[in-house]
Amino acid sequence: MSETMPAVSSPLPNAREPVLAVRDLHVRFAGRVGLWQGLRGAKPADARAVDGVNLELYPGEVLALAGESGCGKTTLARTIMGLERPRSGDIFFEGKPLGRGTRMLREYRRRVQMVFQDPTAALNPRQTIYESIAEGLRVHSITRGSGGESEEQLVARALSAAGLRPPERFYLNYPHELSGGQRQRVVIAGALVLDPEIIVADEPVSSLDASVRGEILKLLLGLRNELNIAMLVVTHDLGLAWTIADRVAVMYLGRIVEIGPAESVLTNPIHPYTRALLKVVPEAGGIDRPFLAGEPPDPTSIPPGCRFNPRCPEVASGAAEAAGVLPACQKQDLGLQELRAGHFAACHLMSREAGVESAPAPPPLER
Amino acid sequence: MSVLSVRDLTVTYYTQAGPVPAVRGVDLAVDKGEVLGLAGESGCGKSTIVNAILRLVPPKTKVTGQILLDGEDVTAMKPGRLRAVRWSGMSVIFQGAMHALNPVQRIGNQIAETITIHGQADEKGAQVRAGALLEQVGLPPRRLRDYPHELSGGQKQRVMIAMALACQPDVVIADEPTTALDVMVQAQVLKLLKELQRELGLAMLFITHDLSVLVEVCDRLAIMYAGKIVEEGPSVEVFRDAKHPYTTALSGAFPQIGDRRFRMAPSGLPGDPPFPGGVPEGCSFHPRCPLAFDECPTVEPELYPAGDGRRAACLLVPRGERTPVAP
Amino acid sequence: MRPGTIGPPAEAPTPPPDEDVRVPHEVLLSPRRIVWARRKRAFQRTARTYRKSTMGMIGLAILVFFILVAVFAPLIADRTTMDPTSPTTGDAYEPPSAEFWFGTDNLGRSIYTMTVFGSRISLTVGLAATLISMSIGALIGIFAGYYGGWLETGLMRVTDWFLVLPWLALAIVLASLLGRSLSIIILVIGITSWPGTARIVRAQALSVKTRPYVERSRALGASNWHLISHHILPNVGPLIFANTILTVAIAILSETTLSFLGLGDPLAVSWGTILEFAFSSGAATTGKWWWLLPPGLAIVFVVLAFTMVGFALDEILNPKLRER
Repeated sequence: MSETMPAVSSPLPNAREPVLAVRDLHVRFAGRVGLWQGLRGAKPADARAVDGVNLELYPGEVLALAGESGCGKTTLARTIMGLERPRSGDIFFEGKPLGRGTRMLREYRRRVQMVFQDPTAALNPRQTIYESIAEGLRVHSITRGSGGESEEQLVARALSAAGLRPPERFYLNYPHELSGGQRQRVVIAGALVLDPEIIVADEPVSSLDASVRGEILKLLLGLRNELNIAMLVVTHDLGLAWTIADRVAVMYLGRIVEIGPAESVLTNPIHPYTRALLKVVPEAGGIDRPFLAGEPPDPTSIPPGCRFNPRCPEVASGAAEAAGVLPACQKQDLGLQELRAGHFAACHLMSREAGVESAPAPPPLER
Repeated sequence: MSVLSVRDLTVTYYTQAGPVPAVRGVDLAVDKGEVLGLAGESGCGKSTIVNAILRLVPPKTKVTGQILLDGEDVTAMKPGRLRAVRWSGMSVIFQGAMHALNPVQRIGNQIAETITIHGQADEKGAQVRAGALLEQVGLPPRRLRDYPHELSGGQKQRVMIAMALACQPDVVIADEPTTALDVMVQAQVLKLLKELQRELGLAMLFITHDLSVLVEVCDRLAIMYAGKIVEEGPSVEVFRDAKHPYTTALSGAFPQIGDRRFRMAPSGLPGDPPFPGGVPEGCSFHPRCPLAFDECPTVEPELYPAGDGRRAACLLVPRGERTPVAP
Repeated sequence: MRPGTIGPPAEAPTPPPDEDVRVPHEVLLSPRRIVWARRKRAFQRTARTYRKSTMGMIGLAILVFFILVAVFAPLIADRTTMDPTSPTTGDAYEPPSAEFWFGTDNLGRSIYTMTVFGSRISLTVGLAATLISMSIGALIGIFAGYYGGWLETGLMRVTDWFLVLPWLALAIVLASLLGRSLSIIILVIGITSWPGTARIVRAQALSVKTRPYVERSRALGASNWHLISHHILPNVGPLIFANTILTVAIAILSETTLSFLGLGDPLAVSWGTILEFAFSSGAATTGKWWWLLPPGLAIVFVVLAFTMVGFALDEILNPKLRER
């Protein structure tokens, strides 16, 4: 376990142990070089999608994983789901490390479920709603519920919990016969049928109509409240995080740069990147707000030092230099430091202003 | 003086399942130098309006009403005049514009092509103009030689804007130009659009489902639902003080961070936006409306005056009862 | 009235009614019934769309006609008129008449009877060869497409090898080594036509493999076998089916060619064999048109019919063509 990140006190008073923990996770995508460039001596650059992430998810909490495209949030979520293989690092479920053993993996996959971004694509167009939902049960060879329920009763219960009532009406329908919101409910029902502890939701409402989003979000919150399901919600929309998250983690170029209680992070952000993101969210007024300069982040070429330094407004405005942290920003990589109660950020300037040392970076990948 | 004026536009598609009224009587007007925002979700008819204005609807579609571009009726134009008007009178930045670029052609050539097709310059002159356009949208002219895959999403969107401006139109219609972009890039593109619009004195019709973006860019807003406009007025006022319950719900879907009313309280509407063929009787919004009362299923509201330059199609408006603010 | 007395419904609105659901939902509490109901509905829907295709319906009609001819051959033609030693055969080179509708050949055999019974051989060989070809092709295509990596590379190189194999030369060699028989023909056609199917199937399997619903299934914990059988196969199946129909047409043509070249079984008369007899007896130069026309036209019509049905099905079932 890493010493740089003590367990964050969770919002629920009685749960101190995380249900899911990620340690020093590195996920890389192998770079490819065209034939011509290869002959000229160019080396393929790996895309460091997740570059040393430590994260904890507590029972019954909603953690929003926010960031722009390319920051690694989706890759992190998929790796947690087992859809990508990490180059190194560990995932701990209920305190126990996930081995490669298939039995443990199957059990894990039953209790950690995923809700996808595009509900239309996530449902097999040739399967009826009933079959799509029952698939989870069949994959795990579950023919009876814990209380003796039949497969049909379990499916009906999941459909009702997801707001599709009466459930029997939907059994024979195909995905294309339902609306977007209904399809997402089907996907959620498919996740619920296995009675999971954790739901990982990747942009759960971004492909839905605006007026429908609220209901789906209400559903997710309701599931957390009633069934105590922990949720990891990946989103690029900070407004969504404001609406449903207990804690927010902001990612940039494969690292978490800020994490803490949602209200603290969103109304009183510490890290310059978070501050820039929040300034740029549209609201009534003008568009004359400062943007980040520089090239958009590229996971194949990560800058040395603090990876945000080429675009950091504090560096550009001279504030970093004035505070004497500029050399550190440009040369010294760093990790998350607790700068307020339960609120962590990885910024040399902010650490200096708080009068603490910057936390050391997560250990790099060993070759 | 309205550069673009739409009066009582009705568009009905003829499908295998019968006639489908996608747009059911819409009035719009955009003045020179003004930005009108059109907000709505899927099925409300906003993309149909864009197609209808440029007469790009499928052959068996019935279009009635008037579409006046600088006084000329687009629906009555002969094909030759229509082709001339398309792009040089009025251009469109399409939805998913990033996929509208030809992947095997350099972008400089694609921009120049629009210019030469309209006979506004010869090949050389067109290339020079293309370079100037790229600069105007914030890209270095050397990018003329790039292929689309060498550009990022935001850069491709800028190229689309450059193409839309290539023939110096009077009216630009932007159909969801920033939907697929990150917040940072979105802000940059919006700022660019607004600056260009001011500089060139364009009349702009900005279409999106994201209400908060519209408030940024537009002077006036019109909200569409089920093929009709249900509210319109100055954008800031409509956003802050909605008269129609649907507008309230739509702005609730994009809550401001820091607004305590939405903390742990997502706001949305039950049900789904109606398919164009299945619009409810009476007020089309009543099955989902939190304020519906007994007259709503039977009486179809018109756009009633609701303040200075504002109108709303809700039966509560003429009764003088204010709609409550979002939850 | 106070606003809000008619509020939004407490439950989600029911989906738009679907005319296909003929079975009342109360009956369907068994998952197996649901699967069958779903299959029946899908079939009915495909059948309805198919009916709208003129080309498909004409092709189907011709096909059904020939299948009926093949099945009821003994009832519509007298087998003995094919046996040169039987007294029911006529004189040599008789033109079409009331007794022999298509005339007779050089041995006095009824060409009508030979054409009718020939349909059995041609159709059987075509179908058998296609069965082999489709099975191998589909299996290899699915495994190559799904597993990728070394397996895919290896399988696709094997496919390429078979693709360039000259089937005619192979047939001649095999026939001269092992003697002339229908089994050889079936074998040759089978092992030289599967690569086409394999490539199409692999492409489709690749595309299906990356779809989000397959990922969802994997995230649920599904094994490779489950993914292949529940997701890849059903989505690749229709393509295989449409491709199969087209392959039958090619197989029949191939058999005709081989028989025409004299590699067929002289005792099992197919249309190609009839044409071989006719050509080697100089029917073309001596103007015995009634000997060439019936088998020739039969081949043309059958192949055309399979092609039309195949194209019509392809349009319905091929997702790429359908996404318009």
